[in-house]
Formats: sequence, C-alpha cells, structure tokens
Amino acid sequence: MATTTGIKLTCYHCGDPCTSATITLGEKTFCCEGCRTVYQLLDRSGLCEYYRLNARPGISRNDTSYKDKFAFLEDEKIAARFITFRDGQETHACFYLPQIHCSSCLFLLENLHRLHPGVIASRVNFETKEVSLVFDQGKLSMRKLADLLSSTGYEPYISLRDLGQERPAVNRGNIYRLGVAGFCFANIMLLSFPEYLGLERSDMFLRNWFRTLNVVLSLPVFFYSAQPFYQAAWKGIRHRFLNIDAPIVLAIFVTFGRSIYEVLSGTGAGYFDSMTGIVFFMLAGRMLQDRTHRRLSFERDYTSYFPIAVSVLREGREVSTALPDVRCGDTLVIHHGELVPADGIITKGQGLIDYSFVTGESLPVSKDMGELIYAGGRQTGAVMEVLVVKEVAQSYLTSLWNRQEDKKEEHSFIHLLSRRFTYLVLFIAVCAAIYWRVYDPHRIAGAVTAVLIVACPCALLLSSTFTNGNILRIMGHNGLYLRNARVIENIAAITHIVFDKTGTLTMPGSEDLEYQGMPLTPVQRKAVALLAAQSTHPLSRALAQHFDRSDACRILGFQEIKGKGLEGWIDGNHLTLGSYAFVTGSMMDDPHTCVYVGWNHRFLGYFQFSNHYRDGIDGLMGELGTHCRLSLLSGDNDRERPRLQALMGQGAHILFNQSPEDKAVYVRKLQRRGEKVMMVGDGLNDAVALRQSDTGVAVAAGGNSFTPASHAIMDASELHRLPRFITFCRMAKRIIYASFILSILYNIIGISFAVRGNLSPLIAAILMPASSLSILLVTYGSATWAARYLGFSTTATTEKDHVLS
Amino acid sequence: MSAIILLLIASLSVAAVFLGAFIWSVKHHQFDDGYSPPRRMLFDDHPSEDIPDHSNNKKAVHGN
Repeated sequence: MATTTGIKLTCYHCGDPCTSATITLGEKTFCCEGCRTVYQLLDRSGLCEYYRLNARPGISRNDTSYKDKFAFLEDEKIAARFITFRDGQETHACFYLPQIHCSSCLFLLENLHRLHPGVIASRVNFETKEVSLVFDQGKLSMRKLADLLSSTGYEPYISLRDLGQERPAVNRGNIYRLGVAGFCFANIMLLSFPEYLGLERSDMFLRNWFRTLNVVLSLPVFFYSAQPFYQAAWKGIRHRFLNIDAPIVLAIFVTFGRSIYEVLSGTGAGYFDSMTGIVFFMLAGRMLQDRTHRRLSFERDYTSYFPIAVSVLREGREVSTALPDVRCGDTLVIHHGELVPADGIITKGQGLIDYSFVTGESLPVSKDMGELIYAGGRQTGAVMEVLVVKEVAQSYLTSLWNRQEDKKEEHSFIHLLSRRFTYLVLFIAVCAAIYWRVYDPHRIAGAVTAVLIVACPCALLLSSTFTNGNILRIMGHNGLYLRNARVIENIAAITHIVFDKTGTLTMPGSEDLEYQGMPLTPVQRKAVALLAAQSTHPLSRALAQHFDRSDACRILGFQEIKGKGLEGWIDGNHLTLGSYAFVTGSMMDDPHTCVYVGWNHRFLGYFQFSNHYRDGIDGLMGELGTHCRLSLLSGDNDRERPRLQALMGQGAHILFNQSPEDKAVYVRKLQRRGEKVMMVGDGLNDAVALRQSDTGVAVAAGGNSFTPASHAIMDASELHRLPRFITFCRMAKRIIYASFILSILYNIIGISFAVRGNLSPLIAAILMPASSLSILLVTYGSATWAARYLGFSTTATTEKDHVLS
Repeated sequence: MSAIILLLIASLSVAAVFLGAFIWSVKHHQFDDGYSPPRRMLFDDHPSEDIPDHSNNKKAVHGN
C-alpha cells in the first residue's frame, strides 16, 4: 500500500511497514500494539536474542485472536489429540506452528520455559514445523499453553482435520533399506576383489569362504532392501501395466538366481556385487525423488480449513463445542476473524464476511440480521450470532470438496520408454537363445541370463530418479513445491495457463487507492484519516491506514449510516465520507469501488480503490505469453477488466463472475481441445478446477496458509518466476532423454558381450557401476547447471541466517 | 591364511557396528530434522533438556 509519509518505517518485531499511527518504544518502532506487546514480553524475560539472531523475525500481531479462542482445549477429548504422553506430573504435547521460519523462532520456542515456569522443556522440529512441549500440568493447562504460544506470535494451527485422523507415522523403512543395501554392497565388493584379481591355487578354500560370505550378505538385499521394487512391479502387473520396475525385478531375480547357481555348482563367483549395487543406487535415487516436503500437504480438504471447535450458545452461555457435534438449530457465536463453519442465518449482530477464499470476491460482503450466510467466509466485523440451518458436512463448501473427479490414470513417459525397451531386450534374449541353440546349446542359459542381467534398465531408472529428485529439490529451495516427479513432466508439456485473480494475482487484504478531485489540505487529510478510523468497514480501515494519523483530535457528532457512509465534525469542519449519493445527495451509478469526500457540504473528490497486484505481474504475463496461451477466471465482478486485459495482452480470455464449477468446466473445455492446462489459483473456489487441470498450482502466501488440494504449491512471492520454472521443467525432460540415450549406449556395449556368452563377472562389475555413476554425474551436473543458468539457487540456505554469519 | 580370516571377521564386524550405529541414529530421529541441531548448538545457553521420546506411547494416552 502506498504511504504518504516520506520515510518508510518498519516494525522492529515483524518487519511490516508502520503505516498507521506508529507505536514507539525507545528507538524502536512497531506496526501495532500486538507486536509491541510481544517485544515487551521478550524484553522482560531477557529473550531479546530473538531479535539479534535475525532482523525482524516476528510474526505480525495485527490480527489478534479473541481471548477464548482455545477454550476448546479444556475439552479432554479434543486436548487428547495433541497430547503425546501424560503421567502424574507432566504432560507432553505437540502443536503445529506454521509460523516457524527461522532460527529466531527456534530460539524463542525452545526458551519458553523462561517465559512461563510451567513449561519444563520444548523442542522444535523445523522440517515439520512442530513444537513438542513438556509442561507441568499443575501449573499450566493445555489451553493456557496454547494461549502462551499465541502471545508470542506463534499461534497453534488447529483445524477440524486434527480431530479426524491419527497423525501418520513417519515412515523410515526406506532409510533402513538403503543402509542395509549400502552395507552389503560395500562388503560384497570388497570380498569380490580377490576373485577378480585372481587367486592362487593354494587359496582355493579362501575363495569358497568369500563366495559363501557373498551369498549370505546378498540375502538381506534380495529379501529386504529390494522390496519396494517388487511391490511396485506387482502393482503394475496387477493393473496390467508393465512399468519400469518389472524389468528391474526380472533382472534382480535372474542375477540372484544365476549367482546362487554358480556358487553352489562351483562354476563361478556370481554377480552379487552388481545386484546389490543396482539395488543400492536405485534406492538412493528413489529416496531423493520421493523426499516429500513433509510440512506441506497436497491432499488438504475442507477439514484442514475449518476450525476444530466453535462457540455454541447454550442457555445464554458460550460453550466451546467440537465442530462435528454442532447440529441444526444450534446458535453459533462467531467472533471477529473467525470462520463461519456451517450455513446459517444471522440472528444477532452484523456480518461483514470475507468470502475471498471461497468465491474470489475481493471485498467483504455485508450481511444483515435474517440473511443466509454460507460456510467458509471469514467474519471481519464484530461478534455475530448465527443459527445453523445445515450441518457442517452438508454445506455448500463441503459439497465442493466431496465432488469426485474422474481419476485419470497416467503414466510417466519413463514407463512407456521402458516398456519398449523391455520388449526389445526380451527379443534380443530370444534371438541369442535361438542362435546358441543352433551352434552350442550349452551356452543358451549363460547367454540369455547375461542379456537379462546387463540389459536391466537401471541406468534409465537411475537417471530419471536422480534428475527428478535433484529438480524437485532445487525447485523446493526456490519456492515451488511439487507433489511428485510426474508433475515435472506435466509442467513441461503445458500449453495453456489459467489464472485466478483474487489472492493469486492480487494481494489479499490490500487495496491500492488513488485520490481524484480537488487536492486535500493537510488538515483535511488528517480529518479524513481520523473519521475513517472510527469505522470497521473495510474501506474505512484501508483509508485510515493510508494516512498517518499522528495526533489525536476530537470528533463531534460522529455518525455511521450503514451501507452509505460516515459523517462527523472535526475542529469545526463538517466531513462526510461514503457513497456518491450520501455525500452529494444525487444519484450516480459507478462500477468502481469509490469513497467520496464531502467537506462542509461541498464535494471535494473521491478515493478510488483497486486491487493491488503482486510484484512482477506485468513481466510475468509478457514472458508467459511467449510460452503459451493465457486465461483468467475470476469469481469477482468485472470492475478491473480493462486493467487486466492490458496486463495479460489482447489474446487472453478474461471471464468474471465465475463459479467454482464454471472454472472447472472451462478447464475441461480446453482439455477437450487437446490443451495441457495449468491452473494457478489459491482459494477454495479454484479447488475443483485445480483438480481438473493437468497441473494445479496452489499459490500460498508465506507458506503457512491453507491451500486446496493441488499438484504443486507455490510461494506467492515467487509467482513472477513461473516462466522460468516452466523452462526448467522442459530442460529436465531433455536431460532425461539425453541420459537415456547414454544408457542405451552402455547397454549396447554390455549386450554385445552378453550375446556372445562371455560376460565375465569382472566386466559386469565394472560396467554396471561405471554406467550408473557416469549417468548420475551427467544428469545431476546438467540439472544443476540448468538451474544456475536460469538463476535459481541450488543450495538450501536462501534465508538470512545471522547465527552462522 | 588364518590371518585373512581374522581380518575378514574384523572388517565385517566393524562394518556391522557402523550399520548398527546408522540404524540406531535413524531410530532416534537424527535424520528427521536437518535444520535445528546445527543452529541449536550455537545458542548461547542451553535452552532445554532433551525431551524423552514418547511419540510411541500415544496409544497409552488414547487408551484411557
């Protein structure tokens, strides 16, 4: 938001610009009372190292929650969801704090015992953004604990989802498998060396020792570490689809069987090192690729958006009730900043409901007593009471989520490539078998097994997993989190991008305003700010923030006429703010959102509000326009059409007043035309379209807000880099193709040995790791180079971390 | 020749010890969070004692 003041002051606590009345304490400035309170709290407890570790690490406290927010934690049943252990004295609890973002957070949260004697210990898991707390239940209750966390700015995020399901256990199976495979692979390699280098006749008994040990060491790899491949291959076969795991499993089986046979019959040393090596490398690649972003969830539904409990009015008292227990006919008390959890009718108070997340309307909607309101909106006005007319599970919002889209079974091109590859290999094996049957039937088994061993497409699998894994990692460091490696391919194929407006291209909750008319004198400006500050209407609040109201003045005869405007006397001058009709007395139809100003019954001018677009949007659209076609679907009205058309270019389709279904239908229509559609959206109104599209990208501000189910989550501040992300994905696909050609070359060399029936274990032992490692280096290196070329950072530490400097 | 057998046993058991250490460290959540520990040790005074891990005891709480 543009400020009229010359120097930009930023809050010492959270770094937000201090726009309205600046609060100072010593030399430090704060943007709001909340931030100052946190600073004072930390200052008193000697925790100011918080501010030394990182500059302005705090979380803005502008939007403080009401004091009974965590009353539901007194309910034993709900509280038990967050308790991990409890005995006579102490309780262990775990909370999800999405605000955790730097080492200062770590410092503060692990020093909670200095803020409150009831806290015994606390420990942060940075990756999952969770804090585990041990506290004395005699001195502190769960509710007080949540309040304590909130008072420091780290408000636990508790949603209906927490009530529904057990937290999934962290799966560490693959790490163990990798460890075991590495151990066995390294030892088998060591034990195979003597054999390769040649043993003397007198050492024959040693040779048997080595071979036996190799067999023993290969067992855990074959039966334990390789399990994921068996499972994947079996799954593919059951779905009648030959995926890349099938030939790999075939190769593992053949290698293992032939090796065991050779050792038992005393005819050779087997290929144990090759087999364990393949398993080890492939597990490593798979781990890199599947390393999910644990703190992000791509499968969110309405339950993680809805609160866990609401205040229900029972016999005149507010009782905190778990949301599933709310019935039709209950009266809910909705406080400022709370979500409306069920469709209902306002029975008391006034609703000023922000539906931007659900419908895409950028300005809050005013609702009066007796009006029906839909679930999902956020109350931005004062307290209101709502009579529930539809249960939570049946509201309009939840019905959006519950709609099942037809599941598209798609397969990566890797699998399709590997399938052809497998047929080719089998064909070669058959040819070799026929050839040897004619010339030397004794060598059939040897040649066929050798072909199958050598032609295992592990190099292909390795190159794709490592390239994808590396690319997922680099993108994650740069603010685009992909659900899995499939999404890389989908992004590479995109031909059409559909944007949502509110919250995606625009900044939610911030409006630009522009003054038109007679210039305002400083006295008039002050008066406007002062008068606007008296009202809670979103436009008034935006106006009040726009001006610096430093010194207080008295207002006489203040009056707010709902839906029209404000008036009052300031220093003997009469000021009116509001609609054209209210200020001038005559009617005029205006599609824009404006606040008109009247000074002593004379019309001065008006403030025009318009959406505030994210930085770099102009450049983004220009750049994207060269890649693919663009569309914009907005649930909002069309007051911004000219500006958007100019922004997105003449070729772009721009549609307004779109319902969630309309958006999905539009996307489907494009897909029927053969377009590959990327949908970029943020709200629940985009949820259906996000699922329908080939790649649904949910835009999240600050990384902690709720995002609908999607294929990828993007940090809103990185939106301007979208074209580069697309280019990067296209490069990734090319890199995988290149590495595939390389691996085929290696295979041709290997097969040329194998069909002749003289694949010695030594050649296999050299060829396999050499091909795998060289392909790894090529793909890894080129992906990293491509990232640097596109200006992405390839290391994890992008944030300023003063601890290490 | 028995020297080689001895060496073999020694090398294998050393490797097995390392494997055991690896599995132990995975079990004790050392691979869960790569961010906090290197920063935690740079804080001036020790913030808190280690929390004993009770995440597996969750059932005991729900059981009541």
